[in-house]
Amino acid sequence: MKQNKVKFAPVLKKIVVYALLIMVAIIMVGPFIWLLSTSLKSGGENVFSYPPQLIPEQVSFGNYVEVMKTFPFARYLLNSVIVTVFTVILTVIFCTMAAYPLARMNFRFKKTIFFLILCTMMIPFQLLMIPVYLISMKLGLQNTYAGMILPNITTAFGVFLMRQAITVVPFEMDESARMDGANSMQILFRILMPLVKSSIATLAIFTFITAWGDFLWPLIIISDQDMFTLPLGLNMLSGTFTSDWRLISAGAVISMAPVVILFLFVQKYFIGGIMKGAVKS
Amino acid sequence: MRPIKMTPFLFLLPGCLILGTFVFFPMLHALWLSFTDYNMIQNASFVGLANYSELFKDDLFWKVLLNTIIYVVGVVPALVIVPIFVAVLINQEIKGAVFFRSAFFLPVVTSLVVAGLAWDLIYKEHGVLNYFLETTGMIDDPIQWLTSPSTALYAVMVVTVWKGIGYYMVIYLAGLQSIPESLYEAAKIDGANWWQQVTRITIPMLMPFIALVSIMSVIAAMKVFEEIYIMTGGGPLHSSETLVFYIYTEAFSNLDMGYASAAGVVLFIFTLILTAINLKFTGKSGNIT
Repeated sequence: MKQNKVKFAPVLKKIVVYALLIMVAIIMVGPFIWLLSTSLKSGGENVFSYPPQLIPEQVSFGNYVEVMKTFPFARYLLNSVIVTVFTVILTVIFCTMAAYPLARMNFRFKKTIFFLILCTMMIPFQLLMIPVYLISMKLGLQNTYAGMILPNITTAFGVFLMRQAITVVPFEMDESARMDGANSMQILFRILMPLVKSSIATLAIFTFITAWGDFLWPLIIISDQDMFTLPLGLNMLSGTFTSDWRLISAGAVISMAPVVILFLFVQKYFIGGIMKGAVKS
Repeated sequence: MRPIKMTPFLFLLPGCLILGTFVFFPMLHALWLSFTDYNMIQNASFVGLANYSELFKDDLFWKVLLNTIIYVVGVVPALVIVPIFVAVLINQEIKGAVFFRSAFFLPVVTSLVVAGLAWDLIYKEHGVLNYFLETTGMIDDPIQWLTSPSTALYAVMVVTVWKGIGYYMVIYLAGLQSIPESLYEAAKIDGANWWQQVTRITIPMLMPFIALVSIMSVIAAMKVFEEIYIMTGGGPLHSSETLVFYIYTEAFSNLDMGYASAAGVVLFIFTLILTAINLKFTGKSGNIT
């Protein structure tokens, strides 16, 4: 009797755990599956049929063809890639450079500067969007890649994260390099950066997610359609085809596909990187 | 006096230049603008506290402020609590953990525009949600989730929570994996059941992470914009309009930059107060700065 109970409990627990996991998975992925299903329905099919049909009566790629004809998704994708890649690379470089003296050198105003940098964490971009818009107009950044990139390439989080990472590298590494005649620049880029590459990966992933999904700032600074990123392009598409959900869904699927495919390949690093970020901060 | 060494400042220069141009200067500028009347065509003229007094007299401002508070109160507890359970679930020894983890994280990597559209489709009158609720007998007639003033704000809140669960789940996973297994073994020997283990070991040990998530989610909820822009446009009848949406409309549709900046300053003070309260309550349990 007792033997049975011991065996039974873990099995029941497993069933409950899996049932819950599947339920959560349906809630998290379901909306995307539904989007995909809608995008594959042909013109004759009612998208809002009761009961809803998950499997299209007749799978059709017509909506994709139609959407691609009207919307230059390749161009949007290119813009998104350019903005994201430069934002990530420059964020990593600028934050690491700023972090280096804060972690390794003694100089006047060091504490004040670090404190001021950390203060920027408290200031939401939404408060600043008006003056940032005005200054970007003055600098001629409207409708440029630089306009989308420059305001985002130094973050307090990044400086903080990189400072933490450099602080734990033994100081002997710097000293022996300096004995060999390396200057500060070489020490940072040749010695320290390779040693803190897991923190760099974390920062890159965080920056990637924000830059790729950024919507509000591009919405403000970009009005030229040729400069639209994927979220802006999709927003415009949904405005154009207000009630044609087959086409809107097709557009949404196209615009999310690149990042989903990338994520599925590197999900281990993505999730690992964020876990590291959480422990560090 | 020692001469000031230049090297540290050279390294700090690029980052500080960016922060100076796009954070510190704009911050002072925003404060200045809030005391002016500025429409981008004529020069800004100083009007003292007129924007603020106009703001506090505007019924719509109080409405969006209330909506923002409702948003924070609704979204933050869900974002702090739900991901704990999801993380605990996924942290078990199960087959397919990688699959489930990726599935739960998927909404985080997709843009809010895609997410907003996907949920818009689900919320439609003859959409999946109404069908599900009707067939299970929870409602009698379809609900106009996004187009009726009594539900629009809450319907959008669900999307914010849904989009955030995966992100905070990962933060909690990091926390869970830092808890030594020996604590649970000791508890099992003492005869503690699953619920006791969660409430006596997991939750207390997660406190620093709970503090982090609550600060992050408060700030995120305060500045909600995209979901609302995509799904409801603030409507119907401003029922789902929040503070940032209000600032955006005043600034970029009405070109009332001074007035919008005053609303922005209120948002900032509000965020500061909430973060301070948050730190006071949670700060003692962890070393989060």
